[in-house]
Amino acid sequence: MPKKYHIPIKTADPRHHPIGKYATVEFREDCAGSCKECVKKKCIYGIFKDNYLHMSTMGEPEYLYACHSCFRCVQECTRGIFSRVINPEYRTLGDEYWRPDIIHRLWYQAHTGKVPVSGAGYRGPFVGAGFDSMWTDMSEIVRPTRDGIHGREYINTCIEISRRISPLKFNDDMSLASEALPILEIPIPLMFQIPESLIVNQPIVESAARAAQVLNTFLIIRPEDYSDALLPYARSLIPSLTCDNAMDHQSLILKSRAVELAFGTNIEDTIQKVREIKSDIVLMVRIPLDADAASRALKLSVLGVDTLHFFADEHGNELNTEHPRFLKEMIREVHLKLVNGFVRQRINLVFSGGISMAEHMAKSIICGADGVIVDFPLLIALECRLCYRCRKDLSCPAKIDNTIDPQWGSQRIINLMGAWHNQLIEVMGAMGIREARRLRGEVGRSMWFEDLEMESFGPIFGKRKIAGLK
Amino acid sequence: MKKNNIHFQFPKTVQVPDRFRNPIGKFTVRRNARCISCGLCAELCPYGVHPRYDIYSKPLRPKDYKCIGFKCKENDFFCIDRCPEQALTLRRNPILETLGDYRWTSEMLIAHWEMAETANLPIVDLEYNLGNSGGGFDKIRFKTPEPGDYLNLGDEDIDTSINLNKRGDGRTDVINGIPCYGGGMSYGSTALSVMVSRARAAKLLNTLTCTGEGGYPKELLPYAEHVITQIATGLFGVREETILHTPMVEFKYAQGAKPGLGGHLLGDKVTPEVAAMRETVVGNALFSPFPFHSVYSVEDHKKHVDWIKEINPKTLVSVKVSTPTDVDMVAVGSYYAGAHVVHLDGSYGGTGAAPDIAKKNIAMPIEYAIPKVHNFLKDEGVRDNVCLIASGGIRNALDVAKAIALGADGVVIGTAELVALECVRCGHCESGRGCARGIATTDHELGIMITEDWATQRIVNMYMAWRKQWCEILRQYGLKSIKELVGRSDLLVHLDYLDEEERSKYQPAPQAELII
Repeated sequence: MPKKYHIPIKTADPRHHPIGKYATVEFREDCAGSCKECVKKKCIYGIFKDNYLHMSTMGEPEYLYACHSCFRCVQECTRGIFSRVINPEYRTLGDEYWRPDIIHRLWYQAHTGKVPVSGAGYRGPFVGAGFDSMWTDMSEIVRPTRDGIHGREYINTCIEISRRISPLKFNDDMSLASEALPILEIPIPLMFQIPESLIVNQPIVESAARAAQVLNTFLIIRPEDYSDALLPYARSLIPSLTCDNAMDHQSLILKSRAVELAFGTNIEDTIQKVREIKSDIVLMVRIPLDADAASRALKLSVLGVDTLHFFADEHGNELNTEHPRFLKEMIREVHLKLVNGFVRQRINLVFSGGISMAEHMAKSIICGADGVIVDFPLLIALECRLCYRCRKDLSCPAKIDNTIDPQWGSQRIINLMGAWHNQLIEVMGAMGIREARRLRGEVGRSMWFEDLEMESFGPIFGKRKIAGLK
Repeated sequence: MKKNNIHFQFPKTVQVPDRFRNPIGKFTVRRNARCISCGLCAELCPYGVHPRYDIYSKPLRPKDYKCIGFKCKENDFFCIDRCPEQALTLRRNPILETLGDYRWTSEMLIAHWEMAETANLPIVDLEYNLGNSGGGFDKIRFKTPEPGDYLNLGDEDIDTSINLNKRGDGRTDVINGIPCYGGGMSYGSTALSVMVSRARAAKLLNTLTCTGEGGYPKELLPYAEHVITQIATGLFGVREETILHTPMVEFKYAQGAKPGLGGHLLGDKVTPEVAAMRETVVGNALFSPFPFHSVYSVEDHKKHVDWIKEINPKTLVSVKVSTPTDVDMVAVGSYYAGAHVVHLDGSYGGTGAAPDIAKKNIAMPIEYAIPKVHNFLKDEGVRDNVCLIASGGIRNALDVAKAIALGADGVVIGTAELVALECVRCGHCESGRGCARGIATTDHELGIMITEDWATQRIVNMYMAWRKQWCEILRQYGLKSIKELVGRSDLLVHLDYLDEEERSKYQPAPQAELII
């Protein structure tokens, strides 16, 4: 039996008390004092047991990461002294795209490695911007395996980052006439890169590199971040070079299985030079996701590049325009341009920027990507709050600027990716898709807001008078 | 026997107060130290916000959840203004921002608690017909009715019953007094008292409830005429006798909360009683695989239906499916396989624990699926022969009416029944000992927090309050029966499909940004 891909999840406790969503407010002047019925003692989740000092101190409201919001303390206190508010610190997490609930859930996954589960139905908006305006399909009968929940280990999430092998050609003597290209696969359709706009330091890079090695995927790394401490992980690192500095880092090219080159005017020459240094290296080209992205992709597809890496901004938006489109639309554009140019099979497409949840991985692939590149979630796994203080050269409240243990850091990232992998399998299983590669561009396995509105509501309500979602 | 005529006598309603000492309301009323306990507020307030007892003269904490809020200002009994010492303050309860979500807003939750308590529509100023989701039911409105259409009929003369058997195949007519029945929640996922209460309420309301996939506890037998036996992929607890004494068998192919994923009962909830019922091992997590391993096609599905029909020649068969792209084809296939009821479970609903990614992303919302299937069945010429039931994110009486106008015959309700039992939708049904509020738990302490009498009456009350809304809608459009509302999408408008002037005539969609 072939060995199954397994992600070694292990609980990795947070180093700091995580910021909870709720805060209790107590009107202690009304407290009966030493009440035998004190709801704090009766909390079924025991969230007050580590906070017993609040009884004797007049501290600020308690920020309760573990509070499950059952309201029993509020409703059962004999004097009614309890109330609750949203923790003001929780509101400050992230920004309008990296919302507090996303960060909170990423922390949970990095901590436990578990898929977030809850009861009582969905609680979010009907539809939202970006990926939130599409749903994935499910099949009532067709399954990837006939083993239901126990068969999910047979779902293959591998993708290639090397070029596809074209049909083999043989000489008359049956010797191989065509070139057999090297194959480089990753078992999970994602790679890593450390976001440059946040904190980058040796322990963070090492944490990500170790995680990439364990997951058998890659970390894209700038040469200035490459140090001797990373040499054990060299096979899991992709140096990100430019046309200008590529020749200065020949040793990195030689020790790597893949290399990334930033798109530039000399890209053709640089590709050729890199190939001369190491002919079987997998070549990625890093391209801004802007209006020219699709046409550049078409041009590069004939240059022997293996994978194109398009990077959007940190919210998944198109670059260099006042009216940016979201990743979803941009992936469709690039993918379809290559499909219509009959070259999509030759090259792989990966996208970065704004990938914040497991569902984004599945939906990006449905839109036409082969895989995604994860950036901000790596830091969030290490307890980053996306407060952006580091951008102002201020201290990091999560102290990820100095004291990270790479063992702990890598486990947090592994846990997060383990949970994402499980979620990818969930949606693939529901769709009846057994191969991540088969999901690529498979929009028939998805449902889009505009289409559903037109199909279901159009015949009833006529023409939609409001453009967009609101 | 289950009553099968429209003149069914609905149950009496009784006030059923909150279980907890401090019910949550929309407003807070605070009394400060200036209070001299004159008792004027208690005399003034007709809503009972200021309790006062003859033998106890000290002021008591106001029952502020009964307060109707700032709209009381126009009354001459407005306690805040009338207090001679100005000892009372009124404000919107700040806790509301921590309660509810985009779909079930805090006001919708509080309103349903009030309906479950009083069996009346809330007197407090609460928005309970619309959520904050910004789409689907929350953007659909009933058209402004023509005044001339109004029917001057009492609620007792309005028919809210639905017939689940439209095939005319000689099997029992199962007629529900209300256009709803209870969704499947298994033995093990909810407390036994909750399960029995739902069955008792179903009997009182002359409707049905469903076992879910966890077996058929003997405590349900007195209500067997009103209990659907569910057969799901794990076949847990399915026995011949439970098929024999049920009015309807429900095949669960998929469920909206986790379409395509099967079910999962965590080991913590597999108590000795649950394990015995399911014939499994205590403490071991139980998976209901997806899909039925014996079904590869509609023909295989037909064998399932035939199997049940052979065992019980009277029972109806319902097929519960989720809402994939080809939901219309699935529905028509189910009909041709012999189903009496096609039950669509949309993606945003569900009561049980499910991966968040599934609840949010997999399958289409029920609002899209209903007209799609309704119209397809009509085009196929079979719509009048099958009962189309919708569920998944149907939260209140207006949602029910909208679902019916879009094309459903009736709906299945799960979450709202739990909300009537004071579920706060914290979502932690699955963790640790289970639901802290004693609803979705089999824990030996928590599982006895709810008594059957209390829960039964709360559910009855909520539905009786809903019925008042349905009757009013029907009266407005000159309809005497809810069956006349089926597929009347001409009575609906969607705000996004109206031009600005027309849109301004309707209540706008609530659009508050919430912290979730």
